[in-house]
Amino acid sequence: MLRIENLSAWYGEAQVLREVGLEVKAGEVVTLVGRNGAGKSTLLRCVMGLHGGQRGTVELDGKDVGKLPAYKRARLGLGWVPDDRGSYATLTVTENLTLPPTVGPDPWSLERVYEAFPALYERRDSAATMLSGGEQQMLALARVLRMGARLLLCDEPTEGLSPLLVQQVGDLLREAKKHGVTVLLVEQNLHFATGVADRHYLLAEGRIAEAMDNSEVRSRERELLSYLGI
Amino acid sequence: MTGFLQNTFNGLVSGAFYALLALGLAVIFGMLRVVNFAHGAFYMLGAFGAYVLLTEAGVPFWAALVIMPLGLALLGMALERAFIHRLTRLDPLYNFLLTFGLTLILQDLVKLRYGVQSSPYETPSALSGSVDFGLFDFPTYRVFILGFAVAVCVGVWWALTRTRVGMVVRASTERPELTRAFGINVGRWVTPVFGFGIGLAGLAGVLAAPMRAVNPLMGADLIIVVFAVVVIGGLGSIFGSVAAGFGIGLVQAWGEAYLSAFPIVSQTIVFIVMAVVLLWRPAGLFGREEAPA
Repeated sequence: MLRIENLSAWYGEAQVLREVGLEVKAGEVVTLVGRNGAGKSTLLRCVMGLHGGQRGTVELDGKDVGKLPAYKRARLGLGWVPDDRGSYATLTVTENLTLPPTVGPDPWSLERVYEAFPALYERRDSAATMLSGGEQQMLALARVLRMGARLLLCDEPTEGLSPLLVQQVGDLLREAKKHGVTVLLVEQNLHFATGVADRHYLLAEGRIAEAMDNSEVRSRERELLSYLGI
Repeated sequence: MTGFLQNTFNGLVSGAFYALLALGLAVIFGMLRVVNFAHGAFYMLGAFGAYVLLTEAGVPFWAALVIMPLGLALLGMALERAFIHRLTRLDPLYNFLLTFGLTLILQDLVKLRYGVQSSPYETPSALSGSVDFGLFDFPTYRVFILGFAVAVCVGVWWALTRTRVGMVVRASTERPELTRAFGINVGRWVTPVFGFGIGLAGLAGVLAAPMRAVNPLMGADLIIVVFAVVVIGGLGSIFGSVAAGFGIGLVQAWGEAYLSAFPIVSQTIVFIVMAVVLLWRPAGLFGREEAPA
């Protein structure tokens, strides 16, 4: 579904990504783990078309989307879940959910979203930034599901959440996977990552250092946590 | 009491001009991240256009009130397509140079043709005279300006909060990059929004013609205060620009009336308020710090 080849990216003179290559197959959940500053978020921004200084190939369903603007990539089925949750202060919760057009074959209806997230229904007319951090994270995930996005690009969706909410995010991603949604996930929480993902890439100093499956991550958890500085 | 009410009314009328101009600046900055230093020049063109239409073609005020905002909106859209859209990825210094240069060109073109003296524009006959409010009389034209400006602001507010287009404009104004990532072609809305902002400046200019001296520099005098209004309201905040517009109109009128013994304070009160607001809330009263995509 998503194939990245020789992707390099820069912030001014500083190179952040160095010839990264990876693949995410349809229906898979794949995580990107790495230290802070390893280039994980930049990689997601490159896939979404939000990063200017980049070179390399980004293919979606075999089609090179590297030259397409972000809005066209979103219309091809990419769902953006940014690390700051992307809530609009000037839009209500309902408006935050209905702002993006539907882009996929199986978009969630607003009723289904509110059934799954009663807290969002109760605050549907409030400004989205008035929600708690956990509710805003649910809103960010619900928004891309309502779009019907086929490939979710999730940047640390569990950061700063309570264990109960982390579990809810995990349940939601597993539910999405069941319905054929593909996920590329930036995650520092290895326990969470192995609970939802099929495979993992370790990003170090802008390069893919290792590709691992769940059993390998579990067996090397202590070593990896030490490397990640957690 | 009568004096206070009259000062308050005068403040609201000045505030109506600030609100219309600041509203246009706010939507333009919000969507393009361009501070339009030429906004005052378009306000001047609105007033001058109404004057030229009346004196050279006999076109009355009411027709000018429609023709000038629409004409200037079209001119603004053409300028946005030709020049302004090239600024978005450049250093803000280029934004200043281009829009300030545009101001000088527009002002000098008017000066070349009509000179620098002020030209009188007669108040439309239907709006001459005054309205009796019991405690005081107030010129009918000023009452009209206040009502008209409030109606325009409410209309814009309704369109922004109750329509799909308004929702897209609000989202694009608040976080243009993020909005692109949600499948919305923000660029498609940039030109009409720029034209709309310029049209509002033109509208304020036509409204100003019968009560302010129509001359090539009338926009330059006003725009400094309008920039203070936009900063106080929060750069890019649509609601903030309107609220601060009326608020600063009131502060200025009360300052001139009750602090006249301290001319240094009464003449600089707008900028004192701006400094205090920025110390208290660096992003303005209703502004927010820029968020990433």
